[in-house]
Amino acid sequence: MEEVCARFVSQKISKARWRPLPAAVLQPPDLFATGSWDNEDNRISIWSVGDVGNAGLDGEYQGEPQLLCDIRHNGDVMDMQFLDQERIVVASSTGSVTIFRHHQNNQTLSASHRWENAHCHADQYTACGGAACTGVICNNPEIVTVGEDGRINLFRADQKDAVRTIDNADSSTLRAVTFLRTTEILTVNSIGQLKIWDFKQQRNEPAQIFSLTGDRVPLHCVDRHPNQQHIVATGGQDGMLSIWDIRQGTMPVSLLNAHEAEMWEVHFHPSNPDHLFTCSEDGSLWHWDTSTDISEKPSFLHQGGRSTAYISHNTINQSVVSAWLSNDPTKDRMEITNLIPNQTLSVNTLDVLGPCLVYGTDAEAIYVNRQLFA
Amino acid sequence: MEEPDTEPPMTVSAGSAGRPGRTVPPLRCVALRYRAVPCRAVPCLTLLCRAFSSPAFPQVVPGADPARTQLCFEWGPAEMLLCETLFGRRGPGTPGRSAGPAPAPAPAGRVVAGGGDGRPGPSCVFVVRRDQDIYMETLRKLFNESHGIFVGLQRCAEEQSARARSAQLVQVSKNYRSVIRACMEDMHQAAISARDPALHSQYSIQVIRSHIRVSILSAMELIWNLCEILFVEAAPAGPLLLRLLDWVQLHICDVDNMVREVLSSENPSKHKLFWNVVDIFVLQGRMDEARHLLSKEASANPTSVNTCKVLDDLMKKMPVPSLGNTQTLTEMELKWQHWREECQRYLQDGTFASSPHMESICKILLGDENAILEKKELMTTWYHFLVTRLLYSHPTVKPMELRFYAQARDTVMLISSSLMHRKISVKCLLCFKCSIALSNWWFVAHLTDLLDHCKLLQSHNLYFGSNMREFLLLEYASGLFSHHSLWQLGVDYFDHCPEYGRVYLELHIERIPLSTEQKALKVLRICEQRQMHEQVRSICKIMAMKALRNNRVGSALSWSIRAKDAAFATLISDRFLKDYCERGCFSDLDLIDNLGPSMLLSDRLTFLGKYREFHRLYGEKRFSEAARLLLMLMTAHIAPCSFWMTLLTDALPLLEQKEVIFSAEQTYELMRCLEDLTAGKLDKQKLQDDDVETVKVEMLRLALARNLARVIVKEGTLEGS
Repeated sequence: MEEVCARFVSQKISKARWRPLPAAVLQPPDLFATGSWDNEDNRISIWSVGDVGNAGLDGEYQGEPQLLCDIRHNGDVMDMQFLDQERIVVASSTGSVTIFRHHQNNQTLSASHRWENAHCHADQYTACGGAACTGVICNNPEIVTVGEDGRINLFRADQKDAVRTIDNADSSTLRAVTFLRTTEILTVNSIGQLKIWDFKQQRNEPAQIFSLTGDRVPLHCVDRHPNQQHIVATGGQDGMLSIWDIRQGTMPVSLLNAHEAEMWEVHFHPSNPDHLFTCSEDGSLWHWDTSTDISEKPSFLHQGGRSTAYISHNTINQSVVSAWLSNDPTKDRMEITNLIPNQTLSVNTLDVLGPCLVYGTDAEAIYVNRQLFA
Repeated sequence: MEEPDTEPPMTVSAGSAGRPGRTVPPLRCVALRYRAVPCRAVPCLTLLCRAFSSPAFPQVVPGADPARTQLCFEWGPAEMLLCETLFGRRGPGTPGRSAGPAPAPAPAGRVVAGGGDGRPGPSCVFVVRRDQDIYMETLRKLFNESHGIFVGLQRCAEEQSARARSAQLVQVSKNYRSVIRACMEDMHQAAISARDPALHSQYSIQVIRSHIRVSILSAMELIWNLCEILFVEAAPAGPLLLRLLDWVQLHICDVDNMVREVLSSENPSKHKLFWNVVDIFVLQGRMDEARHLLSKEASANPTSVNTCKVLDDLMKKMPVPSLGNTQTLTEMELKWQHWREECQRYLQDGTFASSPHMESICKILLGDENAILEKKELMTTWYHFLVTRLLYSHPTVKPMELRFYAQARDTVMLISSSLMHRKISVKCLLCFKCSIALSNWWFVAHLTDLLDHCKLLQSHNLYFGSNMREFLLLEYASGLFSHHSLWQLGVDYFDHCPEYGRVYLELHIERIPLSTEQKALKVLRICEQRQMHEQVRSICKIMAMKALRNNRVGSALSWSIRAKDAAFATLISDRFLKDYCERGCFSDLDLIDNLGPSMLLSDRLTFLGKYREFHRLYGEKRFSEAARLLLMLMTAHIAPCSFWMTLLTDALPLLEQKEVIFSAEQTYELMRCLEDLTAGKLDKQKLQDDDVETVKVEMLRLALARNLARVIVKEGTLEGS
């Protein structure tokens, strides 16, 4: 716990994202961006967690994030994604989608492109009333956004107009979006459905619909397993974590009771997908760890004969599959830890990259944990 | 005090109240009303007035001119609306006109004169807020961090033993203080960085203001620390003085710079501040440091070695109250007496006659009030003086005796003396004094809460509601709720006000603007956790109406399902059915197909879901199931009568299928439905019977008859074979 550095920033944080690392770089990430909400002027800020060496004499303050630059943003920041090393795509509650560029040589931010009214209510009286854009996902150069108006937009970073727009893709509010494969996306909505859309198809219909049975609990977030694309995790209004196998069935493989209130974000660890992180309105942030049973499993499954090295390698792959998709309630093989001891206000966002975790709360603080697996 | 609600009969709703001084289109208004604000639960009305009439509150709202026109006002939850009226200022003869910023409107019954001179109507609505501090960026940190401490304090309030509890309360108090200190530091940094680029603007308003804020914060911390020593920690007789010394040392720290300056000079004992520094150390009871400096003097000045040695010895031997319980008070007093006598002896035999500096120090050690008063320049504050005097004349002072030594000279002493007396009324007064000076309730609310947890405040009921603690918390939280972003913090404060918290929360939470669904969900969660059903319904309804206005019928339906609002669900279902009748196809299929158990919320919604199911069955060519469902919708009276014709028309293609679908029984039922419908129609709309309708009915009759014929033959042959 001592590894967590906090900083009060005088604005409620709605999103925090690590800047992606260039391929083949082994260092931990050092920059992240945050966006605020519910302020009179909301801001996009870039923070540096700095090098351990040059941060000053006082060893204790070395990790505290330092503000590099910030810029005003019109409306609440609803979602935010790095497009590449320099560009950030930001979804606004006014319905616009903006690409901000971070100039690293002089540490400034500037808006490089904006799609006004990317999401809006087609009102018969006024021309266009903005509807909040709730989710954005990037796969450079493609950008997909979803909104409260139930619309899906496909943009390209270098093109002025939308490449593809699906109006009324969903009758309820679309809450989040993620890429499944290069042309396929996953969306979740406020009536508990998970939909797959394929941009190759010209029809404006989802390729597949999955739904929670019964209560139609709204889903708020979605993430896909980084290696095994058929495994998808979603978080819902009641704090439930659902794991889906999109190869089979239309219902979730397992439902895991988790938080006491809305789950705002769920993230698989990008390079260590046995670990999953979720945060919630109830002020908790959970670390789900399915890697613990690997060491036990070989002794249970195999009796002698083969070399241990081979066995462990083999079983890692197996257990990853079965760990998330196992729906056997008797074997609770997950180790779950709450990373925030004294929870009060909502944890709206988290991001995890390498050994580093960043999260932001409604208590106007950002926290950075740089030794997640220590 | 006039009731604002009984005022002039003409009212203009000023719905779009802007920020202070925002101009609105000319309003020809006589009085203002908040839109739909029930004016209950304003227990602090008189207090507010007191606040406004106090000198701390700005006399004139900038821009509003009470000399030109009469002003009218309206109380809001945490602010006040102020508006210029049509009426000119009355002549000088009018008695009782207040000169304050908000002259009350004329009492009911009196005719308000003026307005006939044809001047342009008033053009401004002002929003007057009390809590300006809330809008300061750096202070938001204070509010947020202390919120966490506050919640922590309430949570672990019960479950501990008395001893662990008092230790914990001290820790909490220290946490609060460290937050104040951190905030001061931030402000200081901000002030410095703001000053750097333009040196000439050093004395700009901004800088001065931030200096004032820092000094206010440091005063808060000072008072808090004293309260911590006296009440939270409740130090016993001996250690009390040590704590008070710490307190003085912590807050009067000029000496540290001075001593650095003195020691870094070439010849410290010749430095002009040398004796000042020694005196200050003695006055603050920092004997070791004083002795260290004295040794410099001794080594530099061989003639005074002996006197220095004597004084050094006296200082060394000075009895100090121990922190542990190793010695009793009488023991301590005895030692003290011996030591005093020794000092007395040295003073009388003229040991220090050669050095006036050392003589005066010796007098101080003896607790000579005149000698101490001589050094008042060095002590800078009266409380330093007080503590010094106590140190050398009454080292074993008990907390309860403290008030004898302190006259009520200042706010801080007021606090201690009032709390000594445990007299809420004095404290009450003090609180208002503080909060008006600080223009924010943060300090008094948190301190009172902490003292309340120490069981130090009597449960003294105020005439306007609950006790002191609750009143202050309510005020503070209301202030937070008036802020666009800090309202979330206010919720937890209301939660810990047992009597009025909930009512306040209910009134405030309804006024949070719901800009996005995300925000609405957060507000909704707050309400649901507290079983505030009325508010849940109202929020869902607002969101549903918004969605409906934006043509998001599906979204509207999910909101009304969440609110379990049957009437609204019916309304929306009707809209779906209307759309279907007009367009011939359903919109938002993904929603209707997945209604599940929520379908049972309203009859119309059930029908919508079932009717859609019929279409799906039909589409999947499961004709007999579809037919059974269709019939059931009519016979069980799930379908509204107005929709029967559509349902019967839907039956037409089923009747015309190659194979027989409806059984004889079912066909009879269908026929009965048709006859019921036409019979009902005949009574009412005989005259306006249009052709299309009659043709439809004729076709249906024909189809039914043919179907009946086929089914009789079929069923006959089945039986026969």
